[in-house]
Amino acid sequence: MTAASELGAWGVLIAVIGGALRVSTPYLFVSLGETLTEKSGRVNLGLEGTLMMGAMSGYGVSLASGSAWFGVFVAGLVGAAFGLLHAALCSLPRVNDIAVGIALFIFGTGLAIYLGKPLIEPVAPSLPAIPLGFWSDVPALRSALEINALLILGIALAPLLHWGLANTRWGLILRTVGDSADAARALGFSVNGVRTAATGLGGFLAGIGGAFLSLFYPGTWNEGLSSGQGLMAVTLVIFARWEPINCIYAALLFGGASALGPALQAAGVTGNYYLYGAAPYILTLLLLIRSSSTRHRLRGAPSELTISK
Amino acid sequence: MSKSFGAVRALDGVSLRIAPGAFHAILGENGAGKSTLVKCIMGHHRPDSGHLVIDGMRHDIRNPRQAHRLGLGLVYQHFTLVPNMTAAENLVLGQDPLPAVIDWDEARERAEAFQRGMPFRIELDAIVTGLAAGEKQKLEILKQLYLDRRVLMLDEPTSVLTPAEADQILGMLRDIAADGRLSVILITHKLREVLAFAGNVSILRGGRLVGEAKVAEIDEGELTRLMFGQKAVPSAAMRRASKVQPVRLEIRNLTARNDKELIACDRISLAVRGGEILGIAGVAGNGQRELVEVLAAQREPEAGDIRVAGARYRRSRQEMRRYGVFLLTEEPLHNGCVRALSIIDNLAIRNFDSRDHTALGCFLRRKALRAQAIALIERFGIRAPSPDARLDTLSGGNVQRAVLARELSGRVSVLIAQNPCVGLDFAATSEIRARLLAARNGGAAILLFSEDLDELIELADRILVMFEGRIVYETGRDGADRHEIGRHMASRQSWRRES
Repeated sequence: MTAASELGAWGVLIAVIGGALRVSTPYLFVSLGETLTEKSGRVNLGLEGTLMMGAMSGYGVSLASGSAWFGVFVAGLVGAAFGLLHAALCSLPRVNDIAVGIALFIFGTGLAIYLGKPLIEPVAPSLPAIPLGFWSDVPALRSALEINALLILGIALAPLLHWGLANTRWGLILRTVGDSADAARALGFSVNGVRTAATGLGGFLAGIGGAFLSLFYPGTWNEGLSSGQGLMAVTLVIFARWEPINCIYAALLFGGASALGPALQAAGVTGNYYLYGAAPYILTLLLLIRSSSTRHRLRGAPSELTISK
Repeated sequence: MSKSFGAVRALDGVSLRIAPGAFHAILGENGAGKSTLVKCIMGHHRPDSGHLVIDGMRHDIRNPRQAHRLGLGLVYQHFTLVPNMTAAENLVLGQDPLPAVIDWDEARERAEAFQRGMPFRIELDAIVTGLAAGEKQKLEILKQLYLDRRVLMLDEPTSVLTPAEADQILGMLRDIAADGRLSVILITHKLREVLAFAGNVSILRGGRLVGEAKVAEIDEGELTRLMFGQKAVPSAAMRRASKVQPVRLEIRNLTARNDKELIACDRISLAVRGGEILGIAGVAGNGQRELVEVLAAQREPEAGDIRVAGARYRRSRQEMRRYGVFLLTEEPLHNGCVRALSIIDNLAIRNFDSRDHTALGCFLRRKALRAQAIALIERFGIRAPSPDARLDTLSGGNVQRAVLARELSGRVSVLIAQNPCVGLDFAATSEIRARLLAARNGGAAILLFSEDLDELIELADRILVMFEGRIVYETGRDGADRHEIGRHMASRQSWRRES
C-alpha cells in the first residue's frame, strides 16, 4: 500500500497537484517560448524536436561536465540553434512555417534519439529539488511539493514577458511585426529580423524545457521522453490566447491532466490506466474543438499567423 | 525620378518642387504612377534614377526610416495601423527612436495634450480593429502629425471616407499647411478634391508628368484633358426606362454576425425588382461585406430569409443555376476565382458541370470549355496572353472582366455586385458600369453595393444607406442628394464606433 492510497481521494488530489507542479514545467517553458514566436507572426511546430534535442543535450552535458545547470544552459543554446534554423528556413521565399516546423519536429526527434543512444545507460547529475513541503509531515504532500527552481523561474518569466510585451520597445515591435507586417515595414522595422530573434528565443526556452525533462522529472534520458509535450504546448498557446500569464494556468492544467493516470494508479485505481494516461491528449482535443468555430477567427490571435489568415 | 518594374516604366523622369506650407495635389488616374512616386520618395522602392533635395541637400533615400528622419511621412492607401493594438500604442509606435521602456502614463498624457490641439480626437484606448474606417484614417493622420512631420503625403486618403469626413479631414490639413508648419502632398484621382483644397497640382499620366499648375489658374476641363490625355472620356452609360416588374430578390429580417461574433447585419429587409438597380451606400465596415457573404453562401445567417422569385433561396448550386443568381464580389481575384487555375477553368467555374460540358456525367469536355473561354475572351475584351494562362497573370482590370464575363454571360436574373470598379482605370470602369446597366435594361434585378457615391448616383434606381448593420435611409434616383446620403452614411454626424 502506498502513502497515497491511505489518503484516499485526498491522496489522488495531492498527487495530481504534485504532478501538475512537476509535469507543467516543460509545458510552461515551451508555451512561453512559442507565445513569443507566435506573437511575431510565425508558428514553430518543431518545438517537439527542440524539446527532445534540449533533453538529450542537457543530459549529455550534465553527464560530461558534472553540472546540471550547465546542462540546462547548453540545452537552451541548442534549442536556440534549432529556432534559428527554423527562422532561417522560413525566411526563404515561399517557404511555409508549418511545413518547416513539421520537418524540424521529425529531424530534431530523430537526431536526439540518434545522438542520445550512449546516454540511455549512464546516470547524469540531476537538478536539485526545493522541498517546499518541509512544514508538513504527510509524506505524500512532501513529495508533491518537491519542486524545481525552473518552475519558479518559469512562473516568474510569465509576468515579465507579459509586462515586456506591453511596455518595452522590443515588445511593441514584436507585436507590430506579428500583427501587421505591412505596418512594421512602413515603420521601417525588419520583419524577418524580428521573427528570427523571436523564433530563436522561443527555441531557447523550449530547449530549457527539454533539459527539465531529462534532468529533473522524469529525470532520465530515453526515446519516449517528451511524448508529444512539445506539440501539445503549441495547442496550449492557442488555449492561453497568446497571453504569457495564461500560459501558467494552461500549463498547470495540462500538467495536472498528465499526472492523473499515475496518481490514480498510486491510489490503487489500476483499471483504465491507459485511458487516464490519455487525459492530456483528450484535453488537447477538447480545447481545440472548444476554441475553434466556423464563424469567427481566434480572438487574440496575431493577425500575421498562417493559422489566422 | 524614374522607376521600372520589368518592362513597365511606372515612373518616367518625374520632377516635383514642393514649397513649405504648400498643399500640393498629384492627380492621375489609376496606374498613372502616383503610388510608385510616393513609394520611391519614402524609400519603399529604390528609384532607377533620381533623388530628393531637401533644404538644398541631396538625399538618396534607402528605407522608410531614413525618410522618417528627414521629416517625410506617408498616409497609405491601405491602413498601416497595427490592428490588434490600441490607438495609443499605434501613436507611440511611430516614434524614432522608440524608448526601451515605455512610460505609458507619460505617453498618454502627451498624446492627450497633442489631441487637444487637433480638430478631432480618437479614444486612446480603442483597439484599432474596432474603429470605423473614417476613424482609422484620422488616426493615421494623427500619427503622422504627432511625429512632427514636415512633409506629409497622403495616398488616396478619402477612398474610405464619407464625403463629409473627406471634406473635414482635407480642410483640416489645408489649415495646418496654411500655418506653414507642414507641406501636404495629396495623391488623388478625384478632381473635386483637387479643385476644392489644393493650391498647386501636378498631373501624372502613364508615369510621366504631363502638367503642373496653380489650381486657381486652371479649370476642370483642362485638368480632365491632362489627366486622360486625348482619349475620349466615356459618357454616362445608357439607361432605359423599364416597366415595373415583380420583386425578384427579397431579403427579410436578415441578421448575421461578423468574424468577431458581433452583429454585423441587423434585421435587414429589402427587395429588388427585375429591371432595377438597388444601390447600397455606406462606409466600408457597416455590414455590407457580411451581407454580401451571406448572399454568396460564404457566411451563415443567424436569422432571416432570402427569397428569389418568391421562393425560399437556400443558396445551393442548383438554386443559383435555376434562378440565375450571379455575383461580382469584392476583390474577385481572392474571392471569386481560383488564382492558380487557367482562364479557361476560371471561366468555367459556374458551368463546367453542366450537360454541355461533360460527357457520361463525369468527364469534362475540355474542347467545349476552351471554346467557351475563347468566345468570352473575345466578347468581353479580356486581354490575356492565352486562354491557358493562369488567372493571376492578368491585370486587375482583366481579372475583373473575366469575372464579369463569367457572371454576366448567362441568363442573369439576379446580380449581386460589390464595389465592382474599385482599382480599375477609367475605361474599364465605364465599361463595367455600362454592362451593369445593360443587364438591368435586360430585366435583371441588381443589388449594387458601393462605397463610391458617384457610382451609385449614376447607376442606381433607388439608393439605400447601410449604417452599423441597418438600413437607415432610402431615396429614389430622382431625389438623390449626395449630401443627404452622406449625412446618413455617417449617421447623426457623430463618429461612432463600428460594432
